Amino acid sequence: MSYLAIILTFVFVSNFILTQFLGLCPFIGVSRNVDSAVGMGFAVIFVMSIASLVTWFVYHYILVPLHIEFLQTITFILVIASLVQLVELVIQKISPPLYKALGIYLPLITTNCAVLGIALIAVRSGYNALESFVAGFSAGLGFLLAIFMMSTLREKLDTEWVPKPFRGVPVAFITAGLMALAFMAFDKALLQNLLGPM
Amino acid sequence: MIILYSFLAVAVLGGLFGIGLAVAAKALAVEKDDRILAVEAALPGANCGGCGYAGCAAYAEAIVKEDADITLCAPGGAAVARAIAEIMGISVEVSDQKMVAMVHCRGNRDTCTYKFDYNGIRDCNALYALYGGDKTCSFGCLGLGSCMKVCPVDAIDYDSRGNVVVDRDVCISCGKCVDVCPTGVMKMVPYSADYIVACHSIDKGALVRKYCTVGCIGCKMCEKKSPEGGFTVEDFLARIDYDARGSRDEAAAACPPKCILRVSSLKPDLVPVTALQEENEEA
Repeated sequence: MSYLAIILTFVFVSNFILTQFLGLCPFIGVSRNVDSAVGMGFAVIFVMSIASLVTWFVYHYILVPLHIEFLQTITFILVIASLVQLVELVIQKISPPLYKALGIYLPLITTNCAVLGIALIAVRSGYNALESFVAGFSAGLGFLLAIFMMSTLREKLDTEWVPKPFRGVPVAFITAGLMALAFMAFDKALLQNLLGPM
Repeated sequence: MIILYSFLAVAVLGGLFGIGLAVAAKALAVEKDDRILAVEAALPGANCGGCGYAGCAAYAEAIVKEDADITLCAPGGAAVARAIAEIMGISVEVSDQKMVAMVHCRGNRDTCTYKFDYNGIRDCNALYALYGGDKTCSFGCLGLGSCMKVCPVDAIDYDSRGNVVVDRDVCISCGKCVDVCPTGVMKMVPYSADYIVACHSIDKGALVRKYCTVGCIGCKMCEKKSPEGGFTVEDFLARIDYDARGSRDEAAAACPPKCILRVSSLKPDLVPVTALQEENEEA
């Protein structure tokens, strides 16, 4: 699979938020304004790309030679948790306002199934190290795309009249559902038309 | 062998990451003002959020960095405000009066009428979004217990008749229930208050009488019977000025719908499953 195909797959065709429905917690929680949504997106890109690279090395150089592949979930979580702690330290140092805006959702990246998901998917798809990294990066990019669009929509929604029972989170869920429907347009067939048979 | 390898692999990885993080934490340490730590230590640490900040740590930071008002900590009260004033080197004027939340409504299935049967999610704000609630009275307690869910100290529960009541001895005055309550029937009163007017309806007396047997009808009997008690009737609803020190017993006894209640009689039921909860489970 070419790198372009990997990127298109994880950004559009199997977008983690809108077609695989992974990592919805920060997607709803931090998408209230564009600035913190973009900050969250970049934090996730960083964690996802580094996590899929590191987990690739952990898997192929530690778990496989020792025949303890069944430990992949727990070791991957270990990697992700440490990375998230690192990101938290870095963000607190370089951008306290962003740290404040992300709040509890930053440590929650640790338990974000999207991050563990990309690590497991990359291993299962038999990618090499660079492909894993690219997959992680583009999955993060897909997250950024989804949360960025969501936050712009929600900022617009703030000034619109919304029926009372739908105000706040309910209308956000409906918006997310409609976005997911739109993303159904990106499917494997489209990818094959663009890039030829794989 | 596999067990040993598994153990070693996870232990070594964990150890490496731990050391890495320790180094990173040293290298990227953010210097914290000593006063923030001192203020945080002075705060009660309940993280109730009653001050409007995310927790005690956030409030401490806001006090030191953004000159936030130091009297916002309701659970801590006057003592904490004075302690913070000392740390920050500023003077403060606070009263020692503790405030507690009280539900100003006694309407339930037996005492008032309902517009429709509600079978939606058990949340007062969801119910309130539908025509102002299922009670004919649009000011009263909706009884689904959203206040109980936000109360950080579990001071709120149903009593044996299915009314929502606050235990004033447990209440830490954080005000979260007041914020979440859609009808505003949850109001703060001084801890020392002897009576409350357990009604929140500003409808005219004749209308209140139609839908509720325990609602204030604005008859001004309390004003007449206990002139020193600080009662004032405004918008067909009696209110108590708690600064008035006169007796209120006469008014409570004479009140036609008996909605002036002794605060000490208002206690949540200690039996966990109340009539209303059983009804919820059936529904």
